[in-house]
Amino acid sequence: MLNFDGRPADRAVLLRMIATLGHRGPDADGIHVDGPVGLAHARLSIIDLQTGGQPMSTVDGRLWITFNGEIFNYVELREELAGKEHAFATRSDTEVILNAYREWGEDCVNHFNGQWSFAIWDSAERKLFASRDRMGIRPLFYTQMPSGFLFASEMKALLASGAVSAEFDAIGMDQVFTFWMSLPPRTVFKNILQLPPAHSLTVSGNQVRVREYWTPSFSRPADSAALDEQEAGTELLHLLCDATRIRLRSDVPVGAYLSGGIDSTLTTALVRRIAGDRLRSFSIAFHDKDYDESAYQMEASKFLGTQHSCVTCSSADVARAFPDVIRSAEQPIVRTAPAPMFLLSRLVHESGFKVVLTGEGADEVLGGYDIFKEAKIRRFWARNLNSKWRPLLLKRMYPYLKDFQKQSAESLKHFFRVTPEDLASPLFSHLPRWELTSRLKLLFSRDFAAQVGNYDALQELRETLPAGFSSWTHLSQAQYLEAKYFLPGYLLSSQGDRMAMAHSVEGRYPFLDYRVVEFSARLPDRLKLRVLNEKYLLKQICRGMIPDSILRRVKQPYRAPDSRCFFGDGAPEYVSELMSPTEVGRTGIFDPHATGALVAKFTAGKAGSVKDDMALVGVLSSQILAQKFVNR
Amino acid sequence: MHTADIQADTRSFLVNNFLFGRAEELRDDAPLLGKVIDSTGVLELIGFLQEHFEIVVPDEEVVPANLDSVNNIAAYVARKLSRKP
Repeated sequence: MLNFDGRPADRAVLLRMIATLGHRGPDADGIHVDGPVGLAHARLSIIDLQTGGQPMSTVDGRLWITFNGEIFNYVELREELAGKEHAFATRSDTEVILNAYREWGEDCVNHFNGQWSFAIWDSAERKLFASRDRMGIRPLFYTQMPSGFLFASEMKALLASGAVSAEFDAIGMDQVFTFWMSLPPRTVFKNILQLPPAHSLTVSGNQVRVREYWTPSFSRPADSAALDEQEAGTELLHLLCDATRIRLRSDVPVGAYLSGGIDSTLTTALVRRIAGDRLRSFSIAFHDKDYDESAYQMEASKFLGTQHSCVTCSSADVARAFPDVIRSAEQPIVRTAPAPMFLLSRLVHESGFKVVLTGEGADEVLGGYDIFKEAKIRRFWARNLNSKWRPLLLKRMYPYLKDFQKQSAESLKHFFRVTPEDLASPLFSHLPRWELTSRLKLLFSRDFAAQVGNYDALQELRETLPAGFSSWTHLSQAQYLEAKYFLPGYLLSSQGDRMAMAHSVEGRYPFLDYRVVEFSARLPDRLKLRVLNEKYLLKQICRGMIPDSILRRVKQPYRAPDSRCFFGDGAPEYVSELMSPTEVGRTGIFDPHATGALVAKFTAGKAGSVKDDMALVGVLSSQILAQKFVNR
Repeated sequence: MHTADIQADTRSFLVNNFLFGRAEELRDDAPLLGKVIDSTGVLELIGFLQEHFEIVVPDEEVVPANLDSVNNIAAYVARKLSRKP
């Protein structure tokens, strides 16, 4: 915290705030107060267990830091900085940040390879400098008031300060019910902002300045089309090896998630290649065979010789964990998929591990997602709309969506938005997903809809697109939208950091090393999505390193049991309570009559569509959020 | 069955199933596909028409001219019913 009016920072408030973040750092905590400035820290000890405590200062006591995350290249930076006469009293990466800031100022972040969220107080210049990593792996929220500035890794700490109260922001909610996430800096709560990924912030006097220090660019060098496939593969493997190598830097054991797909199997294989010893791996299995990938997980584990642990997740487990999941996510979600990740991190924690490597990010940077293929097929179909065969490609893409298989080409055409107007949109790839989600806003109450007014979330997003976006290839445009928004706003937060940190587990992501991201962005499309073969180049370099069966399997997106788990025998009591017209009316976001009709549909066993599922999860998660933070 | 009754039953089904009860969102002449009805919704609609009006909707008749608005649906169902023995 930083008080603009000169009042001394209140230690009791700092204690209250940090007490809410014990799950992120159960090993130790600390507070540093310097007049109007107070820093607090909850520590998850991973590097330099003895002397890495925080808040930490430079040897001369001028700079103080509170830091969550890792600077993976701290070893090399420490050597470089020591050569420039900077003094070190610890072996931690935290102290490297301090001296890097002293050496390079705000530009220090461009020297870092890691995942961070930190704030440095410069006691000489009376300036606060805060930053968040390039991809948005670690969160940073803040509140700006006339009398001061508060920041924290989670919003619940800001709310615990008593200086800000939780009140839903209608625009933020409209964004979540469009994109599955709010557009930074907005959150779903009024007066609470998030620092966007790859941004830094300074507070000097009572002025807050935010600036972007890095952006993923998909502008291709002129010679990229001629890039030799083999050379590109060698370079990608080299980068991934190094990204994995530095992500193994830890003074506690590092485990790995094994999903049964290519990405996590490869990162695990790389760990084995680099570290050589027997690795501990973890996964989720499902009672419902439609979601279960345990056979592939076991195969990967056997192939790589890992000691494997698995949590088997039922629908009842999802329903039971859901309130804690939402308390951790701090925003509404429209799918239950984060819940099993929450249960998985509990298994990791109970197994005595604090750090796991995962394959997250490969689909974004190397072209793996169905949405990329889907957009390509939609464009292909649009060139001959009367073709009977082209829409069949869409069906082939979603073999696991049973209802989808029965669709006529005519109805697919409407759902998949292939009109000339849609084709011209820079957001073409994501229109079906966002339009489907936007329909849930029909559930908004009149009052809440009036607060949203004529706001157009898609228009706001269009206005943020970088210069030159229209000249990028269609695949690059879609990749940018995924990597810039959906990845940090949903996957790395609601499904990533929040679910892992709920049980004091830190995820590390070799595919999100900025060198891998920048290299992949320059690759020609044919090395990512070759015709309809996703992650083409990655698959080439995986040969021999992972089981052939995993390399050849049809990609299965990670999914979890849907909203039906909240109904029927054994449904938890909180569902009927929170979905009652009284409670829905009290929260005020949704129309009690409309949500009542939705619940009735589920109770009668008549709900089946993706939209109904998303609607139920969206309303229920909002109601839980209200109960935990707003209606208290 | 009168076309007006078919129209009312269809409206009621669409409003309750796709619009969370929001009747004001549905105009009888407005396009449904991709606007009101989502990808799996077409199947639900066909299921409703077959069950409620006891007609058969073959694949080749699943076209916008028959199904893309409340008015089109009512006219289509009325035609089918009038041909029933």
